[in-house]
Amino acid sequence: MKGKRWLAALLTAAVTVGVLYAAQRLLVPKYQRGIVEGSMVEEYYRETVDHDVLFIGDCEVYENFSPITLWEDYGISSYIRGSAQQLVWQSYYLLEDTLRYETPKVVVFNVLALKFNEPQNEAYNRMSIDGMRWSMSKVRNILASMTEQEHFVEYVFPLLRYHDRWSDLKHDDVAHWFGKDLVTHAGYYMRVDVEPELGFPDPQPLADYTLGDKAMDYLQRMTDLCREKGIELVLIKAPTEYPHWYEQWDQQVADFARENGVPYINYIPLQGDIGLDMAQDTYDAGLHLNTQGAEKMAAYFGAYLKENYDLPDRRDDPVYAAAWQEKTDAYERMKKQQYDELAQYGQLVSFGANAIEE
Amino acid sequence: MLFTSYAFVGFLALVLLGYYLVPGRWQWPLLLAASYGFYFAASPYYLLFILVTTASTWVVSGRLSALTAEQQAYLAANGQLSREEKKTYRARIKKRKWAWLLACLILNIGILSVTKYTNFVIRNISHLVGGGLKPVDMIVPMGISFYTFQTMGYIIDVYRGKQQAQPNFFKLALFVSFFPQLVQGPISRYGQLAPTLFSPHRFEEKTFSFGLMRILWGYFKKVVLADRILAGVNTLVRDPAYTGAYVFVAMLFYAFELYCDFTGGIDITIGIGEAMGIRLPENFDLPYFSKNIKEYWNRWHITMGTWFTDYIFYPISVCAPMLRLSKWSREHLGQQVGKRVTVYLSSFVVWLATGIWHGAAWNFVVWGLANYVVIMISQELEPLYERFHRRFAVRGKAPYEIFQVVRTILLMSMIRMFDCYRDVPLTFAMVGSMFTRFDPGIFADGSLLQIGLSGADYLVLAVGFAVVLGVSLFKLKRGSVRQALYQKPAGVFYGTMALLLVCTVVFGAYGAGYDSAQFIYNQF
Amino acid sequence: MDELLEILRSLHPDVDFAESDRLVDDKILDSFDIVTIVAEIYDVFGVAVPAEEIVPANFNSAEALYALVERLEDE
Repeated sequence: MKGKRWLAALLTAAVTVGVLYAAQRLLVPKYQRGIVEGSMVEEYYRETVDHDVLFIGDCEVYENFSPITLWEDYGISSYIRGSAQQLVWQSYYLLEDTLRYETPKVVVFNVLALKFNEPQNEAYNRMSIDGMRWSMSKVRNILASMTEQEHFVEYVFPLLRYHDRWSDLKHDDVAHWFGKDLVTHAGYYMRVDVEPELGFPDPQPLADYTLGDKAMDYLQRMTDLCREKGIELVLIKAPTEYPHWYEQWDQQVADFARENGVPYINYIPLQGDIGLDMAQDTYDAGLHLNTQGAEKMAAYFGAYLKENYDLPDRRDDPVYAAAWQEKTDAYERMKKQQYDELAQYGQLVSFGANAIEE
Repeated sequence: MLFTSYAFVGFLALVLLGYYLVPGRWQWPLLLAASYGFYFAASPYYLLFILVTTASTWVVSGRLSALTAEQQAYLAANGQLSREEKKTYRARIKKRKWAWLLACLILNIGILSVTKYTNFVIRNISHLVGGGLKPVDMIVPMGISFYTFQTMGYIIDVYRGKQQAQPNFFKLALFVSFFPQLVQGPISRYGQLAPTLFSPHRFEEKTFSFGLMRILWGYFKKVVLADRILAGVNTLVRDPAYTGAYVFVAMLFYAFELYCDFTGGIDITIGIGEAMGIRLPENFDLPYFSKNIKEYWNRWHITMGTWFTDYIFYPISVCAPMLRLSKWSREHLGQQVGKRVTVYLSSFVVWLATGIWHGAAWNFVVWGLANYVVIMISQELEPLYERFHRRFAVRGKAPYEIFQVVRTILLMSMIRMFDCYRDVPLTFAMVGSMFTRFDPGIFADGSLLQIGLSGADYLVLAVGFAVVLGVSLFKLKRGSVRQALYQKPAGVFYGTMALLLVCTVVFGAYGAGYDSAQFIYNQF
Repeated sequence: MDELLEILRSLHPDVDFAESDRLVDDKILDSFDIVTIVAEIYDVFGVAVPAEEIVPANFNSAEALYALVERLEDE
């Protein structure tokens, strides 16, 4: 009799854990359309081939470089591990995380995030961190990123964070309860629509132009980690001009690069060389490039990579070729869908802000 | 560390685990360590206060029981003494004991008063002299009202010879600081708590799971219901524009909120004790089924009520001056008045003290006195009720009992509005508006969806209310719900626990809330 | 004893105090009754019942109460 009660208790406990797990899967945001940034980090784990080039950073990498172009033009296998407003330490820990699975030859880091020295926003933290697999890198990432009101345990059990969504469930939550679709192309977020740049307000002068010590410290750690692993680090500033990249910041990064013997390229002055036309190559008035722009950027940057680093052309490798063929197909399909929507509605309807489920 | 914080849940899990892993004789020391840890986590300063209370009580209780022993030994050894001599001796010992007791009471009630009421006094004096006095920065140690009362109850019992003094300082320290009851009671009596607090307990499935079930039930009421409806209550009472029928809504919502919050917290407390085989006193006995206010106060916050009765009401009522006053009144003002003097005066003091005890504000004073007035009126009306009941055979009839219960709930809830509004005049104005400007339209036109509660919230609250009502009715008619569940197949019992857990986690009103707009990437 | 029963009856005319021995436990006497009784005992017997003697055991029956009064008179 006693044993039976124990058995019942254990069984109930097991079922409860199962129910809570299912509830968690149901209630966490799916980020499948509209806001897809929350899906970016986890998609990496579905990759089947290694990458010679790894991009890390915020929207200035995942919206401005098309890995498909790098593949098609140069046979470079690359991946972008970026997410919304990804902070420097988040990029660092994502690099650590990536190194658990592969060691790329070149790591490209976009420096815009150096302007942030403190945790910024809970929602972006969640979108950047929730998708990571568990490791000490994730633990440290959480501890470095949490804002004051956040709790570590809510990262361990996201149900505690998202339980309130029971009254706000969408079709996607049920449809993608236990399986999600890929929303990026090797980490690239596609937008083919066009909204010309019309100029930006004059930058506000700052009281202090010194880049924060926490941010710079993580840049240093990133540099050291790459050196230790024999990885070439390339620091870049994407060619988009807003938010404003101050000259003083540029100088500090240039100094850092010189002291550490790593290249630093600011692409803002190189817009012309790249062939960017900001009346055509941006989808949101110059904040980010559209696909046409990202392809130009990738073509230009790929040439630089080929010239300076010993990167193999993987197009003859059948395993790589098959994997990338699949990506290229998905890329072309989505491109066609977006162009079709543009033609039909004059705007995108299943992508971006218009696609957010009410 | 609030009961509803993640930290507390983790802390509790560790304590429960540790409690059954250490040998029995180490169980109570573990609880002492945990309690001091709990207090230390809140603020190291708090520990200082609780140590002063513990140390002073320990010293005085030691003296008191030494004096009691001395008296017994002396009287036993000197059987030949005359009655008068014995009386003189007893009086002498009693005087010494009284001095010790008084010192202990003054010190501890003094600390309580200074920490809790200094700023209240300063604000009032400042008001009287036309402003200018600044409030001081005062530490108010967590739970000081509760542990002070509990400890003073103990020392008075030792003084009265009802209770042996606990010679072990650390055991006394645990009695004073036992963490589950530190924040909101119940106020335990030493004689009731000590036997199970210090004895070793082996793990028993039934005891442990009963405790756990009660903890979960407490969290359900607190987190799912109280914390959810709180949003609505706050909206309504913080903005004086919500008059008339809104006040009525606020009144009922607050009654429900307070009930779920307070009984939920107490369920967690008692459940924690129970899970460790420790018996804490019940603090509620289905108070909202009371048929009159006096009964209500015997069933709501019971341990506070009996504390005030035993340690304030009786001593004041039977002290020599009061007895003389009562006798004098009978002789000079007549039997009718004389009979009432004691009850009226002592109750007044008790309710004044109860009001002040609840908080350092005039609202609470008025709240206490409002209770006093209502109780006294109903006391005077009692003969009238008696006659009514005899004339019409309504007593015990369901509709009449429901009327009595609803009347009591409404009356208590109305008095309680003094808790809610900013100050006393506003409370009167708002409660008044309930009668003069009652617009029933708000119940139909969706206004109640604009007060911080959504349709989904109302759904959860309605289901929760039905569950709480159902459980209460079961308790009233059939007894322990847990016992009934326990007799069913084990899966039912554990399944209920699991359901409570899942519902609390999913439907609880905790955390940052989810606003999908935050998650839209709009920074640049 | 008769005087004592008289005091009790004046409070609750409908209760048979000679028989009942659970006056407090059954909530027939509440705290208001008890302090009234103490005041009247003082009035009639000249005995002050101290607070520490106010326990259910002493007030549960008229007999127990009478024993208490006798004991206090004796002390």
